Amino acid sequence: MIGYLVLENGEVFEGERFGATTVDTACEVVFNTGMAGYLETFTDPSYSGQGIVMTYPLIGNYGVIPEDFESENIWAKAVFIHELAEFDSNFRKEGNLNKFLREYKIPGLTNINTRKLTKILRESGTMKGFVTSDISNMTEIMKKIKDYEVGHVVRQVTTKQVMSYGKSNEKQIVLMDYGFKHNIVNSFLKRGVGVTVCPSNMPANKILQLKPDGILLSNGPGDPQTCREEIAVIKDLIKADLPIFGICLGHQLMALAHGFQSAKLKYGHRGPNHPVKDLATGKVQITSQNHGYYIVADSVNPEIAEVSHINLNDNTVEGIRYKNKNIATVQFHPEACPGPQDSSYLFEEFIEKL
Amino acid sequence: MPKNSEIKKVLVIGSGPIIIGQAAEFDYAGTQACRELKKEGIEVVLINSNPATIMTDKNMADKIYIEPLTVTTVKKVIEKEHPDSILPNLGGQTGLNLAMELAECGFLAEHNVRLLGTGTEGIKNAEDRQAFKDMMESINEPCISSKVVETVEDAIDFTNQIGLPVIIRPAYTLGGTGGGIAYTMEELEEIANSGIHMSRVGQILVEKCISGWKEIEYEVMRDSAGNCITICNMENIDPVGVHTGDSIVIAPSQTLADKEYQMLRTSAIKIISALKIEGGCNVQFALNPNSFEYAVIEVNPRVSRSSALASKATGYPIAKVATKIALGYTLDEIKNEVTGKTYACFEPVLDYVVVKIPKWPFKKFLTANRTLGTQMKATGEVMAIAPNLEAGLMKAIRSLEENMDSFIMPGLADLEKEEILEKLKDVDNDRIFVIAEAIRREISVEKIHEITTIDRFFIGCIYKIVRMENELIFNEMNSKMLLKAKKMGFTDKVISRLSGMSESEILKMREENGIVANFKMVDTCAAEFEARTPYYYSSYDEENEARQTDKRKIMVLGSGPIRIGQGIEFDYCSVHGVWALKKLGFETIIVNNNPETVSTDFDIADKLYFEPLTPEDVKNIVDTEKPEGAIVQFGGQTAIKLTKALSDMGVKIIGTSAENMDRAEDRKEFDEALNNCGILRPKGSTIYTVGEAKEVANALGYPVLVRPSYVLGGQGMAIAYDDNEIEEYINEINLVAQEHPILVDKYMLGKELEVDAICDGENVLIPGIMEHLERAGVHSGDSISVYPTQSVAEHHQAKIVEYTEKIAKELNIIGMLNIQFIISNDEVYIIEVNPRSSRTVPYISKVTNLPMIDIATRVMFGEKLRDMEYGTGVWKRSDYVCVKMPIFSFEKIKNADTSLGPEMKSTGEVLGVDREFHNAILKAFIASGANVSSHGAILITVRNKDKEEMLPIAQKFAAKGFQIYATSGTANFLASHGINSTAVEKIWEGKDSIIDLIQSGRINFVINTPTKGKESNRDGFKIRRTAVECKIPCFTSLDTVNALYTAIENEMKEEYLEVVNIVEI
Repeated sequence: MIGYLVLENGEVFEGERFGATTVDTACEVVFNTGMAGYLETFTDPSYSGQGIVMTYPLIGNYGVIPEDFESENIWAKAVFIHELAEFDSNFRKEGNLNKFLREYKIPGLTNINTRKLTKILRESGTMKGFVTSDISNMTEIMKKIKDYEVGHVVRQVTTKQVMSYGKSNEKQIVLMDYGFKHNIVNSFLKRGVGVTVCPSNMPANKILQLKPDGILLSNGPGDPQTCREEIAVIKDLIKADLPIFGICLGHQLMALAHGFQSAKLKYGHRGPNHPVKDLATGKVQITSQNHGYYIVADSVNPEIAEVSHINLNDNTVEGIRYKNKNIATVQFHPEACPGPQDSSYLFEEFIEKL
Repeated sequence: MPKNSEIKKVLVIGSGPIIIGQAAEFDYAGTQACRELKKEGIEVVLINSNPATIMTDKNMADKIYIEPLTVTTVKKVIEKEHPDSILPNLGGQTGLNLAMELAECGFLAEHNVRLLGTGTEGIKNAEDRQAFKDMMESINEPCISSKVVETVEDAIDFTNQIGLPVIIRPAYTLGGTGGGIAYTMEELEEIANSGIHMSRVGQILVEKCISGWKEIEYEVMRDSAGNCITICNMENIDPVGVHTGDSIVIAPSQTLADKEYQMLRTSAIKIISALKIEGGCNVQFALNPNSFEYAVIEVNPRVSRSSALASKATGYPIAKVATKIALGYTLDEIKNEVTGKTYACFEPVLDYVVVKIPKWPFKKFLTANRTLGTQMKATGEVMAIAPNLEAGLMKAIRSLEENMDSFIMPGLADLEKEEILEKLKDVDNDRIFVIAEAIRREISVEKIHEITTIDRFFIGCIYKIVRMENELIFNEMNSKMLLKAKKMGFTDKVISRLSGMSESEILKMREENGIVANFKMVDTCAAEFEARTPYYYSSYDEENEARQTDKRKIMVLGSGPIRIGQGIEFDYCSVHGVWALKKLGFETIIVNNNPETVSTDFDIADKLYFEPLTPEDVKNIVDTEKPEGAIVQFGGQTAIKLTKALSDMGVKIIGTSAENMDRAEDRKEFDEALNNCGILRPKGSTIYTVGEAKEVANALGYPVLVRPSYVLGGQGMAIAYDDNEIEEYINEINLVAQEHPILVDKYMLGKELEVDAICDGENVLIPGIMEHLERAGVHSGDSISVYPTQSVAEHHQAKIVEYTEKIAKELNIIGMLNIQFIISNDEVYIIEVNPRSSRTVPYISKVTNLPMIDIATRVMFGEKLRDMEYGTGVWKRSDYVCVKMPIFSFEKIKNADTSLGPEMKSTGEVLGVDREFHNAILKAFIASGANVSSHGAILITVRNKDKEEMLPIAQKFAAKGFQIYATSGTANFLASHGINSTAVEKIWEGKDSIIDLIQSGRINFVINTPTKGKESNRDGFKIRRTAVECKIPCFTSLDTVNALYTAIENEMKEEYLEVVNIVEI
């Protein structure tokens, strides 16, 4: 069944529909360069509202492995790939990708010239797009694209109630859920730290009543500037003087809470191969990344904080350490999944402070 | 950390001759290293015994020593040159072993030479089996249960503990020489024994066999600051059990989820950090297909074959970056040359699939055992890049030049289903084709997986290809189906064969529907960043990324995979051709498919097309690039074979025209040309059938030489002594359908000579005449070749020059030509003329200081020799003597016959250079690894007709005090001529047989002249194989033995030989 991706610049990509073949949707089109890890990517809540172009030309080759999901859902709005694997193989495989996307009502397009599409996104920057089987009424499609906003999606993906993981005798942290990935929780549990997951806008006093040993600000989707309530909560949490560690959106929100500024990257950092330099040691680690916004280096007030990490490709801010406070945040994903585990020691550093 | 400014003069150790397990990849690595060092303003001293390499070129290093790669000689070079540092990790195992020996004996410290890159301890921990195991244990990385032993008894004891089957891996050997899997105690004894023998330190590892597990490799880099990156991972289609050099390898891995991928990546980084590697490194894993259980198989603490593959697969210049790291730079200081924006400290991502298939020499060795195991047998490899695995495999298959262009292997269709099921069990070079046939017979993917243990994913991929074949056979052709077939890598020729449509109809349909090949860039980053590498592969996705300029463009066709008969010499020629064209102001385009070569580095030509060298693939490039012309003279027979196709596409053949090339190959026209010049050639005729052959042979009188036309390396060539042999050989040749007639010539006994020359249409320039020490009948590539000639009469030399000039002009040669002569009964004959560059071009260029390829290229564009600075006629005779000696890899290929004949068998060569002939030949023998001591014992067993000729040789060696062993007949003959020898019983005569004698290690070398025939169950064959397996030289030509005598006659010691910097000769 033929399907199309229409981009906001009017360009049309023809492919074959798979997954939910009758669902038409608008999305923000972004590309991810991971060669493995499509399951983690598709289930990462940070992709809420987005359509993901996978640059690796064969997707679905190891089927569907539920234990690799990073959340209970597929949060991306659509998936664009070059080829859907017909034969998948892995000892943990429980199903195939086509069926999986269909179950979750996510449309996919295969036989897409993903390299050409990626180059367009690289040159023109992230664009909005529309997935459909019918392009007879382009005016209407263009209008739908124009009207589409990813918006404040954190509230859609955050937990509705407080959830606890781990044993009661362990140290406990609170995880502010802006769309957390499972492996963040696992990274604490396997190091003997319990995790209480809280809704993104839960007031600080209620959080502090849980008497956490530290707070983790999770990753999440969308523009950080739309998260006003979340930022307000963070401002209150800072006062409690607990160790705080922020990842991705959590990193951005902490910066905004201190009055720093965020901006949108032309086409984002999404992939498993981003070199990040730790300015304190000079060492470089390869990190997993997934973000469309970043904190503007010049906006970081040197009296309050210092840039601790930078991206070696474009020198953007990858980490901030706050002065006289037990707060550190990183833009990349130390929990990996997908991607390299080189920076998992950051969890240990945080846990030591608890 | 910036560059260490104390490094001013660096010694680079090369890897020596091309052998199985150590091929051109180290020329690629060494060349990148030298270029990088020079760019950094460092003085480069180079030692390598291999004269065919690009790294031993004058523009690569400041001082070049083409000398034996032995501790003694390297020490001499160090004492002469006083380098402050040594770069050991780019010259393969040979370079690394030498550097380690020099470090261990304290020589480097004594001479204030620092070892760049990974420290000795790291290398030892990676290379020494026990140390490696201990280290892995200490960092909690799993190894396979194994034990290092030094005796066969200990091997048996340990095997009794862990159970059969076990794998034997000798320590410090390349390509797993001497290793193998033992399924029985008898096999264990045999393999353990040979393994201990082959190991430099007499150690073997006995290890639990985990065949069937997935084999995964990671290519990793680490700098002195501890930054680590993985360049890529690779998955072998063949599960553990087949040497990775003999496996079909895919990058990136295809069946690993991110969890497994990252688990192994983390392990690889942990390992190189523990070993404190500084530079490139390769980690091999075995992964249980049914769990997360894995084991570290091996670590190579140096740039390896896999590095070359990973480098070409991703575009990441591993050798270059490793060199910079060795100089002190850290990864975050080194620019990524592909993007020009990002740094070397990142991990490449691919948006395509890379397939490597090994090139095996089994067509050369019909008696050889084709089973693949832990002993590598491939001489080279091809790589293909495509948007999907199916197309990658199809491209790689046709790149192999094995007369195959699809998964349909001739002959398999005739077998019964049961036979196919049985054949699936064979782990050999035909396996993927047998799988395809099994799918055609409706044997299930599951069943095939069960038998082969190959992952279902890969079998599924072949299934898709077979299904496409069936669609083409049974369905009505339409544009959609055609596009699908093209996307899966089917050529028009295959589609035509399957669908019944003509190729021109297919082409028309393609053109009408816009189904054309487009080219995509290899950019290391899956298009995330704008790249500037002009490195392309074809795809049937829309959008052509090949950038066009308005410069004049010339295309150079490369030489494909390294094989016997066509080695790196032709890559040398291709690369020099590109450089010469650049100097002339052309935009250069190179087409090649060999990942081990310098020519496939993206900064050699202006554009690199990594594509199969077939007419259709080349046409795609021609359609995109529209070059002004193409050069086919440099890429060996692979490129020559494309001449007609290129001509038909309307591409101008630069230099000698297609018609004239044909005149040199076509027997009738060639005879006419010779006649016109009044030049003699051995009498002969062309035939098609056995009957005709016998008729011609009897008319000429036996022995006769038979050979197919248009081949290189004398493939299928043999000397026949009677009708039976004619029948055997002609049938062998006709196993492959012949497009051209077979040649039958009178075999002439005499001295062979060879000339490489350049002709501009009016004049000829000859760098020199090379003389072969072995008489005619031994292939020129397998002969010891001497320049300048030592025993050729003036008038013969003059005749050779005269003939060269005459025939070059007669054939209208513009550019390179190579002529083989024979002097028999005081008469000069021409045996053959090759209108192209040859395997002797690199060495003769180096030792005569004549940049032959450069001159030839200029000539092809109209310059005249008389206007150049080199003059015409014969170039001045060198004051130095150069002896080129062939190197064989017989020990790697079980059951290959080692006797020399008209079909080439050597895989590489070394060169000895000295002022004195006997010293040059001594150096060549030393470099070849032969025992050159002037005392000891030798074993002689020759056929009757050689006994007379053997006599003076035996006398010479006896007079030197050698103890002589001989088979009874030979011993009696010697006794009757007053030479004492110890008679040894033949194989069937008793237990104290020849085999035991050879295995005892008491003899220096064996002289065995083969009786006729190619059968493998004769005594002589067994004697030769035993010698090879015991690493004892076995000479099958008495001329070679005479040469050896010349070398040892003066009892010259290696330490007194002068090391020669060829830049100064």
